[in-house]
Amino acid sequence: MIENGTSIKIENDNKQNGTVIVEMQHLKKSFGNNHVLRDINLVVHKGENLVILGQSGTGKSVLIKCIVGLVEIDEGKLMIFGQDVSELKNKELVKIYKKIGFLFQSGALYDSMSVRENLEFPLRRQMRSMKKKEMDVLIKEALEDVGLEEAIDLSPSELSGGMRKRLGLARTLILKPEIMLYDEPTTGLDPITSKEISNLIMEVQKKYNTSSIIITHDIECTKLTANRIIVIKDGVCAAEGSYEDLEKSSDPWIRSFFE
Amino acid sequence: MEKIIFMQTNYEKQEEKAKQDNSSIIISDSVFRKFFIEVYSITIFTLRFFKEVLKPPYEFNELMKQSFLIGYKSLPLIVITGFIIGLVLTIQTRPTLAKFGAESWLPAMVAVSIIREIGPVITALIFAGKVGSGIGAELASMNVTEQIDAMQVSDTNPFKYLVVTRVVSATLILPLLVIFADAVGLLGSYVGVNIKGNVSAYFYFSQVFQSLEFADLFPAIIKTFFFGFAIGLIGSYKGYNSNKGTEGVGKAANSAVVFASLMVFLIDMIAVQITSLLQN
Repeated sequence: MIENGTSIKIENDNKQNGTVIVEMQHLKKSFGNNHVLRDINLVVHKGENLVILGQSGTGKSVLIKCIVGLVEIDEGKLMIFGQDVSELKNKELVKIYKKIGFLFQSGALYDSMSVRENLEFPLRRQMRSMKKKEMDVLIKEALEDVGLEEAIDLSPSELSGGMRKRLGLARTLILKPEIMLYDEPTTGLDPITSKEISNLIMEVQKKYNTSSIIITHDIECTKLTANRIIVIKDGVCAAEGSYEDLEKSSDPWIRSFFE
Repeated sequence: MEKIIFMQTNYEKQEEKAKQDNSSIIISDSVFRKFFIEVYSITIFTLRFFKEVLKPPYEFNELMKQSFLIGYKSLPLIVITGFIIGLVLTIQTRPTLAKFGAESWLPAMVAVSIIREIGPVITALIFAGKVGSGIGAELASMNVTEQIDAMQVSDTNPFKYLVVTRVVSATLILPLLVIFADAVGLLGSYVGVNIKGNVSAYFYFSQVFQSLEFADLFPAIIKTFFFGFAIGLIGSYKGYNSNKGTEGVGKAANSAVVFASLMVFLIDMIAVQITSLLQN
């Protein structure tokens, strides 16, 4: 366990086994005078679930948005599948982004489309030559994965909060991503549904062997899903370790997350 | 002593006034700055539209869907309004023309008014209220619920998919709606004429078409393309660049209607000037 450091040493991360899928070195991002990410260093290994904890407004969501190019980084290095993102051309970037799935905090379902159309949309955009029958098979499989087979013809407004999250997950899984980014997957859900979503995250990891970054405040979700945890404070990685390590941390601020 | 007190009070008043003046300068400075930033942002947004509209791949399916939604769903409102405008204009104008013994000019006068000005402008204003605010609110709400971000992650250019299709649809559909509104407006006028008289449809419409020239119709239809473009663009701009939060959705819808309506009048003023210059 490393804690109270201004940055996590990458050498320590590399001690773990497995291929590094995502790597951030001295990543910085500011919005005007608001320095959200000051010096972020982290790695995610293949098949690993990395949970990022931190108070609201510490830039956790910004951090994962940097990975998919929704937010541009100011300084530092971002490596995905061993390739430096800043050195890649647009076409190469698109190829990389196709391997990344993003579950938004709100689910980000397209309100004007039905459940089926929501799932068809990424397929139509990214696999333009795919036939309708092939699409139907993938849609059915994705809905089965999240237990929403019967909701196929409903509209997003007819779904509950948990169902919306599951549909958001299905829409992401349909493209078989290698990296999954979860932005507060259990926020706004009751404890039972939260547990269901957390279990679903684990099932996804097992079935698709995805590497995941999970942004959450939910300590139950963290306990269920985390292989490793990083705590962000004041724009830097303040602590890193397993759930058991951080739970017994000598730092009362870090311990407060687990109480 | 009294004089000194008076002078002192006067000085304080002057100082307070100076402070007020200063703050009003600061306010006007920030208002001007905001105005120029807004003009700059809209210009950039417009340039981006022209860049994206020509670049493949083209979103034909979404364009067709938007054209259907914008056109077909606005048609009932446009038709009802056009009919009422034609009817009311005829009823209101008749007494004045009757005073001068020029009642026979009624079909011609109403037709020229509707085709040249009232049809396009009223239809554009209704279109701004219905479609401009709709686009603003829809895109703003998509922004709030991260749907635009989700689109970007799905390898879709949201600007092309959402903005370009809506602006092109609005540009192409409004002229068609104006033609509908004009036709129904003339029908309403015919009904208006027959409320206090007995004029045959053949006589009425032959009077109408005799009074109209190509120069009446052509500029009026051309300007509606610009109205449609402005309404689509402003609605999209306000929605796409709205602030996060539900408050932003309401603001985007509201300011889209206000700015689009203002733009309709500005474009109309310019179009009328150009038309009259060309006709002279």
